[in-house]
Amino acid sequence: MVTVSLEVQILFAGLLFLIGLVGLLVRRNIIFMLMSIEIMLNSAGLVFVIAGSHWAQADGQVMFIFILTVAAAEVSVGLALILQMYHHFKTLDADALNTLRDKNER
Amino acid sequence: MNTIFYIAGAIALLSSILAITNRNAIHALLYLILSLLSISVIFYILGAPFIAALEVIVYAGAIMVLFIFVVMMLNIGLEEELENKWLKPRMWILPSIIAAILLANLIYALRVLEHQTVTPQIIQPKQIGISLFTTYLLAVELSAILLLAGIIGAYHIGKQKKKIIHRFLKK
Amino acid sequence: MTAYIPFIPAIPLLSSLIIILFGRILSKKIVAFLGVGSVSLSAIITIIAGINFISSTPENGSYTVTVWNWLTTGGFSANIAFSVDALSLIFCFVITFVGALIHLYSVEFMDHDEGFARFFAYMNLFVSSMLILVLADNLLLMYLGWEGVGLCSYLLIGFWYKEPENGYAARKAFIVTRVGDTAMIIGLFLLFINLGTLNINELMQQASLKWAVSSPLAILSAALLLGGALGKSAQLPLQTWLPDAMAGPSPVSALIHAATMVTAGVYLIARTHVLFALAPAVQAAVAVIGAATLIIAGFSALTQHDFKRVLAYSTISQIGYMFLALGVGAWSAAVFHFMIHAFFKALLFLGAGAVIHLLHHEHDMFKMGGLWKKLPIIFITFLIGSASLAALPLISAGFYSKDAILWFAWSSTNGSKWLWLAAYFGAFITSIYTFRMIFVTFFGEAKTEPTHKPGKLMTIPLVVLAIISLIGGFIELPENFGHFQIFSRFLSTTLPSVQLAGESHNELLFQILSAIASLLGIYLAYLLYFKKSSFAESFSNSQLANFFYKGWQFDWLYDKVFVKPLVWLSEINKNDFVDKIYTAIAKATEFLNSLLSRTQQGRLRWYVMVLTAGVVIILTFMLNL
Repeated sequence: MVTVSLEVQILFAGLLFLIGLVGLLVRRNIIFMLMSIEIMLNSAGLVFVIAGSHWAQADGQVMFIFILTVAAAEVSVGLALILQMYHHFKTLDADALNTLRDKNER
Repeated sequence: MNTIFYIAGAIALLSSILAITNRNAIHALLYLILSLLSISVIFYILGAPFIAALEVIVYAGAIMVLFIFVVMMLNIGLEEELENKWLKPRMWILPSIIAAILLANLIYALRVLEHQTVTPQIIQPKQIGISLFTTYLLAVELSAILLLAGIIGAYHIGKQKKKIIHRFLKK
Repeated sequence: MTAYIPFIPAIPLLSSLIIILFGRILSKKIVAFLGVGSVSLSAIITIIAGINFISSTPENGSYTVTVWNWLTTGGFSANIAFSVDALSLIFCFVITFVGALIHLYSVEFMDHDEGFARFFAYMNLFVSSMLILVLADNLLLMYLGWEGVGLCSYLLIGFWYKEPENGYAARKAFIVTRVGDTAMIIGLFLLFINLGTLNINELMQQASLKWAVSSPLAILSAALLLGGALGKSAQLPLQTWLPDAMAGPSPVSALIHAATMVTAGVYLIARTHVLFALAPAVQAAVAVIGAATLIIAGFSALTQHDFKRVLAYSTISQIGYMFLALGVGAWSAAVFHFMIHAFFKALLFLGAGAVIHLLHHEHDMFKMGGLWKKLPIIFITFLIGSASLAALPLISAGFYSKDAILWFAWSSTNGSKWLWLAAYFGAFITSIYTFRMIFVTFFGEAKTEPTHKPGKLMTIPLVVLAIISLIGGFIELPENFGHFQIFSRFLSTTLPSVQLAGESHNELLFQILSAIASLLGIYLAYLLYFKKSSFAESFSNSQLANFFYKGWQFDWLYDKVFVKPLVWLSEINKNDFVDKIYTAIAKATEFLNSLLSRTQQGRLRWYVMVLTAGVVIILTFMLNL
C-alpha cells in the first residue's frame, strides 16, 4: 500500500484547499466561485479520509459522508440562487450585486 | 503504489488549477471532474474504496451534472471577453500572498509530524455503516433534515416565478 | 355625618368634567345650569357642614374625612383626605357662596361669548381646586389644589386667547407665581425630610416639639412657605402679575383675582401659623412685606386709568393688610378681613365688569362719567362696595375688619408704631383712590352711553353682595363697643388669639383716627376729582405719577435684572456649550462609521478576502506564539 509520509498527504490536501481559496478570491463569475468552494470542501474531506486511514478508524470516512451531504445541499441551493440571480439581473458578476454597500460611502 | 499517489495528486492539483483559471465554464467543469476523479483514486489507495465510489457517484456524477445543467440552462460559455476583462493579472496578487502565508503556516505546522509513514488499512463499508447508524445516528438524522431543507429550498428558490417585483424595488 | 364633605369639591369637579367632555353638544341653558348649580350645591353643603360644625364642635376643633389613600411610598403617605375646621369652613363658605353668585352673574355676562361652555368648565374646575386647597389635610393635596388654581388662573386670564396681550398676561401670571410655587415645594420637601410627614396637624405638632423658636430650620421652612404665599397672593416682590391678570373676563377677576385665589397665601400662612410662630423673624417679615405692599399698591392705584387695574392694585393693597395682620399675629383679624374683602371686592369687580360690559368694553375710567343716573342699581351697589373698601366708619363692613387690623398693628406684641403708621397712611390712600374711582366714573359729564340696562342675573348678585358688605361687619365688633365677637370665637378653636402688648391704649382713639383718615381721603378725592382741581391735572402729568402708574417700575426693574441678563446669556450661548460634548460624541461616532463603512462596499469577494486575511493573521499568531 501507500507509504507516502503523512505530511506530504496533508500538504497535498492543503495545496488543493489553497487552489480553491485563490479561485474563490480571484474569480468574479459566481459559478466559478461556487466551483472553488467545491474544491475547498473536497480537500477538507480529503484530510478527514487521510486522518481516518492513519488511525485506521471509520470516523474519518463518516465525516466525509457528512461533508458530501452538506456539499450536495449547498450546491443545490446555491445553484438555484444563481439561476434566480441570472433571471433577475441578467449577469453572473458577483460584484454587480452590491445593494448591501453603505451608500454614504463614496 | 506511491507512484500512483504522486501521479494522481499531480493530476488533481493541475486540473484544479486549470479549473479555476479557465475562461470557459464547461471546460472548467470538465477539469474539475477530472480533479475529483483523481482524488477518488487517492481515496482508493488510501484504503477507502467506499468513499472513492461515493466521490465518483455523488461528486463527479450528481453534483457536477447539476453544475453542467445550470450552465446549460443559463446558456453561457461564450463570454470569454468578459472573463478576460474580469481576470486582470493584478487580481492575482493579493490572493496569492494570502495563500502563500497560509501555505507557510501549514508547512510550519506540519513539521511536528516528523515523516510519519502511513500504513493504511482498508476500511470496509460495513464498518462505516455500523458507525453511521450507531455513533453518528443523530448526525445522520440531522443531515437527512438538511437534505430535505436543501430540496425544499432549492425548489422554492429555483421556481420560475411570475415576474412580480417587490413593491419596494419598483422604480 | 361627615361623609358629605368630599362632595363639596367633587360636585364642581364633576360638573367641570361634564362640561369639558360634552360642552360642544350641550345647550347654553344646560351648561349654565350645571355651572351655577354645582357651585350652589357646594355652597349649600358647606352651609350644612358649617351648621353641623357649630352645633357639635369636635373637641380638638377639627375632624378629618379620608376618602382614599392617594399614594404610599417608603415612609411617605398622602391621603385624599379633607380636614374640616373653622378656618377651612370660612374659606369654603366664601369660595362657594361668592363663587355661586359670580357664576350666576357670569351667565349673563358671558351670554354672547363663543367660549361660554369653556368658561364655565374652567370656573368650575377653579372652584373645585380652590376647595381642595382649603380642605386638604396634608400639604401635598393642598399643593395639588394650589397648582390647580394656578392652572385655572392661567387659563382664565388668557380666556380671550385671540388677543396676544391676553396670552402674554396669562403667561406672566403663570411664570411669576411659579417662582413662589418653586419656593413652596422646596419648603414642603424640607418639612418632610425633617419632620417625616406632610399631614398638617401632625406637622404642626412635630414642629413645635422638635424645633426651638428661631431655629434655623424653622426659619428656613417658614421663609420658603412664605415665598409660595407671596407669589400666589401677589405681594412684594412678586406682585407684578396681578394688574396684568385683569386681561381675563371680569367675573374671573372677581372670583380668582380678588376674592379667592389670591388669598390662598393668607390661608397658607394662617394654616401653618405654628410654623410662623416658631420663626418670629419670618413673621416680622410678613408684616413688613404686607405694610410695604399696601402702600406701594395704594400709590399705584391712585394713578391708574383702567377701571379694573385700580381694583387690581387695591386688591394687592388689601391683601397687604391681611399679611400685615398675619405678621403681627392677629390671625383671626386677617381671616376676617379676607372674608369681608372677598365680599366687597367681588362686588366692586362685578360692578366694574357690568359697567365695562354695558359701555362696549370701555376700560378707561376717564371716558366714562355721569353714570349714576343711568345705572342706578350698579351705582348704589358700587358705592356700598367702595364704602367698605374705603372703610367708611360704622356703616360699612370694611371699617370693622380694617380697623381691627389697624388696632392690632399698634397694640399686639409684634406690632409697632411704624407698621401702624404705614397701615394708617394706606387707609388714607385707599379712600382717596376709591372715591376718585367713584367721582370719575359715576359723576361729571357723561362721555359714553350705556347700551342697555343690566339684566336680573347681573343685578341680583350685586345686591346680595352689597347687603353683605353692609351688614357683614357686625359679626365681629370691637371690644369697646358691642364686644360682639362671634367670628373670632368661632375661629378660636383653630387659630390662637392675638397677644396684646402689656400697655393698654385707648382703642377708641384709634377708631376715631382711622375714621378721620377715611373721611379725609373722601374729601380730598371730592376736591381733586369732583371739583376738578388743577392739582389733579398737573399731578397726573408728572413724572411721579407716571412712576406710580407703571407700578413703581417693578416690571422695568425685573426686565433689567432678570429678563435681560437671561436673554443676553442665552444669546451668547446660542449654541449651547454643553451640547458640544454630545455633538462631539455624535461626530466621533460618525467618523468611526465612515471608517467602518469603507468595509461595507458590497463586493462579495472583498468580504471573503478580508475574512480569510483575518483567519490567516489569527492562525499565524496562534502557530508562532
